[in-house]
Amino acid sequence: MTIQLNGREQEVPEGLTLAELVAWLKLPADRVAVERNLDIVPRARWAQTSIEEHDRLEVVHFVGGGRPTESLRR
Amino acid sequence: MTEKYSRQILFAPIGEAGQKRLARSRVVIIGAGALGTFQASQLARAGVGALRIVDRDFVEESNLQRQMLFDESDAAQNLPKAVAAERKLRAINSDIRSEGVVADFEPRNAEELVRGFDVILDGTDNFEARYLLNDAAVKLGIPWVYGAAVGSYAATMTVRPGETACLACVFPVPPVGLGDTCDTVGVIAPAVAWAAAEQVTETLKLLLGRVEVLHGEFLSADIWGNKFQRVRPRRDPACRVCGAREFRYLDGESSFSGSLCGRNAVQLRQADSRALDLRELGMRLERFGPVRGNEFLLRFELAPYELTVFSDGRAIIKGTDDPAVARGLYAKYVGS
Repeated sequence: MTIQLNGREQEVPEGLTLAELVAWLKLPADRVAVERNLDIVPRARWAQTSIEEHDRLEVVHFVGGGRPTESLRR
Repeated sequence: MTEKYSRQILFAPIGEAGQKRLARSRVVIIGAGALGTFQASQLARAGVGALRIVDRDFVEESNLQRQMLFDESDAAQNLPKAVAAERKLRAINSDIRSEGVVADFEPRNAEELVRGFDVILDGTDNFEARYLLNDAAVKLGIPWVYGAAVGSYAATMTVRPGETACLACVFPVPPVGLGDTCDTVGVIAPAVAWAAAEQVTETLKLLLGRVEVLHGEFLSADIWGNKFQRVRPRRDPACRVCGAREFRYLDGESSFSGSLCGRNAVQLRQADSRALDLRELGMRLERFGPVRGNEFLLRFELAPYELTVFSDGRAIIKGTDDPAVARGLYAKYVGS
């Protein structure tokens, strides 16, 4: 199915939770914040949040000044 | 009001009244690196009445690419960043009070360093310091503005304790594994400037009481890849810090030593800072190797190591990332 990830279309498997999607996208789970359809999803609810077709996700990275995360390198 | 601020006064949201308010304002900046020097320069030029800038390190040539208050002579003299920054800020604007503090921002001094200021600006370079800063800011009820940059990526968020999400609402625990494996991929100055410009703008809004124009988001930008993202953090009522008021980082023990991010160096801190006689130490060490220094620090070369000792007993040992080796060198040459 297709979602909007940071303003771009992205094909992702169906039936994922947000926690699973973050892992599937290989995002560094401990240093991203995710907004789903304009609503930030607290980390504690990632595992219960289902991703639906056409969801709009915004992902921001918490950086410290050290090295960037894997996803930033892509 | 002097001609100095005329263009800023013409900017309607500031005006004469806003300028006077800035002159009565106090901002503390934690870190005099790329973020901190940009912030300090802009706030000094804007006429913010009192600036304090805190840093533990000294100026090196590799800083000059992005740390805009420093020049080649500061690096050649090995000046502590806080000292060099204070000198530059005084030269930039003599109307304001500028104070550089040579110190590590750590649990035992965090509250003391920020108490009484209107806004705290994040110019740190690691996660741990930001959680400590968040603790101190929330405990004392002082707004603070997070900012960071790496590569061409920059991020920022404004925290108003009790009003907005705090850092721990969004990221309950610091990311792991970065502090000790910090081989950096570098950073470009404009990425830092992007974060710092947002931080300074938010600071001006806070100082002028214009909270309705704060952006209220976690903003990020990859200015090389042309990607701009934003999310709107929400306060977590169960937040350990701003909900439960549990200040784990503030209550924490300050570590005696720690390796310095990607520099093949270890910093040693004494449990109780004491004054060292650098002149006496220098004379004692001269028979072992070349000694250089100034009134703030002493540098002693002992290949393959280089010991930089500050007058409060703190030291940075280059040439190793093993704290045990660093402690051994310190004990042998400086004293225990």
